[in-house]
Amino acid sequence: MALTGIAIYKMLAQTNCKECGYPTCLAFAMKLAARQVELSACPYVSEEVKAQLDSAAAPPVRLVSVGPEGHSLEVGNETVVYRHEKTFVHQPGVFFRLRADLDDQAFAERLDAVADYHIERVGQTLGPDGVAIEADSAPADRFASLVGKAAGKDVALILMASDPAVMEAGLKAAGASRPLIYPADAANQEAMVALAKTYKAPLVLRGADGDLEALANLADEAVKQGLEDLVLDPGTRGWADSLSALTRLRRAAIKKNFRPLGYPAIAFAGEAGDGPEKEAMLASQFIDRYAGFIVLDNFEPAALYSLLTLRQNIYTDPQKPIQVTPGLYEIGEPKAESPVLVTTNFSLTYFSVAGEVEGAGRPAWLLVSDSEGMSVLTAWAAGKFDAEAIGKAVKNTGIADKISHKKIVIPGAVATISGELEEELSGWEILVGPREAIGIPSYLRYLASNN
Amino acid sequence: MPVALPEVKETWSGKIVEVTLGAGPDKGGTRGRTVTVGGETALPFLHFEGQIPNRPVIAAEVSDRAPEDWSSLLTEAWGGVLEDPASWAARAEELGAEVIALSLDSAHPERGDTGAKEARATVRKVLEATSLPLIIYGPGQIDKDNEVLVAAAEEAKGERVALGNCEEKNYRTIVAAALANDQAVIAKTPIDVNLAKQLNVLIGDMGLARDRIIMDPTTGALGYGIEYTYSVMERVRLAALTGDAALQEPLLVTAGYEAWRAKEARTSEGVPAQWGDWNQRGLLWEANTSVTLLGTGADILVLRHPETISLVKYAVDELMKGV
Ligand code: B12
Ligand code: SF4
Repeated sequence: MALTGIAIYKMLAQTNCKECGYPTCLAFAMKLAARQVELSACPYVSEEVKAQLDSAAAPPVRLVSVGPEGHSLEVGNETVVYRHEKTFVHQPGVFFRLRADLDDQAFAERLDAVADYHIERVGQTLGPDGVAIEADSAPADRFASLVGKAAGKDVALILMASDPAVMEAGLKAAGASRPLIYPADAANQEAMVALAKTYKAPLVLRGADGDLEALANLADEAVKQGLEDLVLDPGTRGWADSLSALTRLRRAAIKKNFRPLGYPAIAFAGEAGDGPEKEAMLASQFIDRYAGFIVLDNFEPAALYSLLTLRQNIYTDPQKPIQVTPGLYEIGEPKAESPVLVTTNFSLTYFSVAGEVEGAGRPAWLLVSDSEGMSVLTAWAAGKFDAEAIGKAVKNTGIADKISHKKIVIPGAVATISGELEEELSGWEILVGPREAIGIPSYLRYLASNN
Repeated sequence: MPVALPEVKETWSGKIVEVTLGAGPDKGGTRGRTVTVGGETALPFLHFEGQIPNRPVIAAEVSDRAPEDWSSLLTEAWGGVLEDPASWAARAEELGAEVIALSLDSAHPERGDTGAKEARATVRKVLEATSLPLIIYGPGQIDKDNEVLVAAAEEAKGERVALGNCEEKNYRTIVAAALANDQAVIAKTPIDVNLAKQLNVLIGDMGLARDRIIMDPTTGALGYGIEYTYSVMERVRLAALTGDAALQEPLLVTAGYEAWRAKEARTSEGVPAQWGDWNQRGLLWEANTSVTLLGTGADILVLRHPETISLVKYAVDELMKGV
């Protein structure tokens, strides 16, 4: 249970010396309870109190890092159950499983496919995070050689082997790449914890059928053995059972501050359904609801792209849309006679439009009006993308001095504003473009041929 | 000493209203099948927490006018039935749809400008071609919506169809038509909890019973604003379960319409190789939009692609396996 401000206050020096930057110990205690300050700001806490408070002040879901120091994947540290309360902060890692029984060529191809996959979307580079190498019944040297191949790539690793001897061979081969290791369960826990400690690798604890009590006991044991970097596999593989288990994990950690379950969860999407579509659908549920690591079996670019898009969406700040700076953007190398298009400064809108103009291969001026980060129709409905706002953008950017014509293309979705805009921008011709950005290339062709 | 698990079950005081679409001969209609949605006393598919008596259902979008701007993936998958709403509806039923969402699109002034007479004929034909319950949409232009939806409500009297969209600007006419002909309505508001609540209250004030209202909170597609819908729906459902009676209506989402507007679903030309196989991408754009919205409380999903209908039904089957 999280400590209240009052409970924390009772443990402080109660001298109100203000060294922490707060007027009273109580004020400081309140901030601490709300996780808005660090305990270290008060120099007067005893070691004993510190230990107690540290555990209460730690983030409810532990931050776990996988991958080499410097460019590691970080998962956990979540502070809310519902996204509208605050942001979901650390995107789940997306991994593809490579089994040791793949032949060398297939293994290499799939490894490269994962390592090489990058795609731009809305100004961000998206990609999968790594591979999970599963030993099955492969001997230690085979496992080690496969891990060695993957460790040479720029991908995060999950090592999957139940036999501690096989796992150790893999860990040696992984070198400094700090893999996540899987699984420790009641049968091999002690040996796996020892390996995790020796190699400083985070460890997945595997439960069975969503039995969270047993899992919490495994975690409690591991912590007693001195291991803190844990990941939990509730052992569920289906849709409803996984949803239930991951939700209960998240609630226990965040609402009850229940330490033994305060770790990121791992989920396997490929073991429930058949085929890449069903796997991707289940993985969508895992992105939406509380997975920290997601392991897929089918590498299909289309499925992966849809999942990376969803992950990008769900992990945005619900309070503040991603925006671009308003102003005049040059696409290609526009000249005086190049067309002028106007849009809003919502990142998604801007990149949809800029991408199409670029793809059209015809240079253009893209005037980005300040819409406070809203899409075309949202901004229009909110009065932030009307004739006045567009008129202002035209004036502020001095676009008129850069071009030899006076024509401006507005999005088809706001065709209704063309009359008002004509009044606002006297002497300009208002052209209504297509509704969707996808229509821009052919529209630009049409404009050029009518000039 | 073993650690004891804290209780993480939420206790909710609210319950989603049960709404039935379609009426069989016992209720004065002709439907071979009816659907009931709503009734939840738990967050989506958290069976440990409460009751989820009815499964979410799939409605297939059917238009009275062959769509001109649909992705060729869709038109090829449906084939010739797109020319005729009756055959289209029958085919959708064969493919597993549980509701037909009939759009009287030809009434739009720029897309045929048909009127009440044609609307009645279409509704009649579709009712005869399928045993499923209907949702009936106007063309989305206010005057024509009023004209054809009133006619459709009369023509389908006794069949308990849902009329949409019933929005702030036209709700009086649509609710009056529903009251006069014993129909339900789809109350649509732009992704805002308060607007949704307000419209439900206004509709209730006109005397329409709560078990005849379905809410459409407005959906964004995967990649095009879905995170806003996710959060608004989640807030609506939390408020409903906490006891806010004005938000306890079942939720409908137009996942198909939104997903198939997205560039990713619509085209394979000039797109990066990393976008992968077009057909698979299109299906997953619609299916993953749907999965996300199922998770936030969708009770009715209006879909477009025949294969997504079965994919999303599979997801619902899996999610209804109570644990
Ligand atoms: C997500 C969303 C929101 C989010 C905001 C997201 C954001 N950052 O903008 C939130 C929840 C905050 C919101 C709020 C509101 N919203 Co809103 N929202 C949406 C939603 C679901 C998606 C919008 C989106 O992101 N689209 C994706 C972007 C990329 O689209 P886009 O900007 O239009 O750009 C495309 C084209 O226009 C074109 N394009 C863009 N620029 C240009 C330029 C040129 C030259 C050309 C040719 C083409 C072009 O290319 C892009 C890709 O095709 C839509 C409904 C829907 N499904 O579309 C409603 C919608 C836009 N919202 C609407 C409304 C009414 C509102 C509110 C007023 C409701 C309210 N609460 O009062 C508020 C206004 C905000 C406020 N008062 O602060 C209405 C607008 C009504 C209308 N038709 O006029 C819509 C259409 C919903 C509806 N059907 O009623 N909204
Ligand atoms: S520094 Fe410590 S003792 Fe001093 S006011 Fe702050 S909390 Fe109290």
